[in-house]
Amino acid sequence: MVEQARRQREGTPPSTAAAYRTVLASRLRAQLQYPVSFGFDVVQAALGFLFGLVEVLGIFHNVPVLADLDVRAALLVYGLAAAGFGLANAVTGQLDTIPTYIRTGTLETMLVRPQPVLAQILTSDVTLRRIGASLVGAGTLAVALPLNHVAWTPAKVALVVVTPLVGGLLFAALFLAAGALQFWLVDAAEVTSAFVYGGNYAAAYSAGVFPLPLRLFVVFAVPVSFAAYLPAAAILGLPGPPGAPGPLGWAAPAVALLVWFAAMRLWALGLRHYTGAGG
Amino acid sequence: MSALAPLAALTGAGFRRYTAYRAAMIGGAFTNAVFGLLRASVLVATLRSRGGPVGGYDQSTAVTFAWVTQALIAVVEMFTWNEIAQRVRTGDIAVDLSRPIDPQLAWAAADLGRAAAVVLPRAAPILLVGAATTGLALPTAATPYLLGAVSVTLATLLSFACRWAVNLVAFWIVEIRGVLGFYVSVSTTLSGLVLPVTWFPPWLSALARATPFPAMVQVPADVLIGRVTGAAALQALGVQALWLIAALALGRFVLARGRRRLVVQGG
Repeated sequence: MVEQARRQREGTPPSTAAAYRTVLASRLRAQLQYPVSFGFDVVQAALGFLFGLVEVLGIFHNVPVLADLDVRAALLVYGLAAAGFGLANAVTGQLDTIPTYIRTGTLETMLVRPQPVLAQILTSDVTLRRIGASLVGAGTLAVALPLNHVAWTPAKVALVVVTPLVGGLLFAALFLAAGALQFWLVDAAEVTSAFVYGGNYAAAYSAGVFPLPLRLFVVFAVPVSFAAYLPAAAILGLPGPPGAPGPLGWAAPAVALLVWFAAMRLWALGLRHYTGAGG
Repeated sequence: MSALAPLAALTGAGFRRYTAYRAAMIGGAFTNAVFGLLRASVLVATLRSRGGPVGGYDQSTAVTFAWVTQALIAVVEMFTWNEIAQRVRTGDIAVDLSRPIDPQLAWAAADLGRAAAVVLPRAAPILLVGAATTGLALPTAATPYLLGAVSVTLATLLSFACRWAVNLVAFWIVEIRGVLGFYVSVSTTLSGLVLPVTWFPPWLSALARATPFPAMVQVPADVLIGRVTGAAALQALGVQALWLIAALALGRFVLARGRRRLVVQGG
């Protein structure tokens, strides 16, 4: 309060954080202006993940166990993956439109403004409706958590609470890395969907489903298994398949941070690579 | 002959239009191939857990099914297509309606051209990746390919007829993003793209069979990989043809009702 009063006296502009808060609040309010339409959009965003659930249940209609997960554990993994992806999609999904920004020259407008480009893109449209996936994830978790008989310890409770955020950070990093690659790819933008949406698909299954080379890829190269399967394995006390040991799940928060910093680095490189179209 | 010439020209135009975006094609094929690998893994893991065939698929047919269905996505066009909805929204549909050619047939012809244009860049590479990674169990006789070609053509036209009808909802609702999204979610899930329809629980499998969606992916894939042959294959093509006639009729009905709502201003 004192700080604010001093600012007002001295006529200094509000802090950058306050400016972003104002911009963000206005974007969020704008999206809630038409509640019915917004409701439809949320349902729509949730639908894809509901049908993903149909796929998982369809598989367990035929088999009691897939790789090392029974249907209860598989639901836990699916719920964690969907919750994390929904968060990332709502906050960073806007990075999907970078090819359009590049092609239309909008990006150059952003570059001349005295704000980080990333912050501008992220706040340009916080697509709250995309949170629909998280709702499906939360619903699945609400069903799956009581079904799994876990010997809860404080550490396990902490891990299950933090995992959707970890998954969110991991997928956000994938969105960011994919966005950064657009500076080089532009026309072949869809290449990156393979990692973002393929990653989301792979995250919803046990790493044991995949043959060893692919498993090592989803654990160590594009580590989407840290978004749901490995933390779930750590919580359930599963040993995990060769190449994806369950206790590795405890490292998920650290891995997500690492991947996020790598993605930020790639983003900085991409932005530096961008030379503009003379607009 | 003269009646078919404009349609053939439109097919050619559709073909040329889609061969213009080569880099985008590579990107799309790459994504489909990655999903082919992931889906094949899931199907194989299920079969390994069961220790035998599931729903009529053993390991090699299941893997081949995963790759062939991924290869069909772009050809049949299973994902969002909103061109007609946009034309309704902007009023450009009036141009289509005033042409001396049936708009539904004209767009169907162009869509066949689109499908032909993507076979090489969007379907062939996916099958090559499949052959190089998990291997493909493709039939050695010629008949499945001939029947398969007919089946894929029917599937493409059926997919078009359904997309056309759904797009025309734009006559009544201005923003049909939600409608199209719902359509894509339901159609891809029930088509066999996600899991073979025979893997579903009985109620879901029955529900799927009551829709035209398996005729878009499941049927052409089964015919192509030689899982459905002989009289059963001919019967499958017949079912596809019946769905196509029904979907085209529905599209014509929706257009007839929709054009009464169309008001074109200016000139």
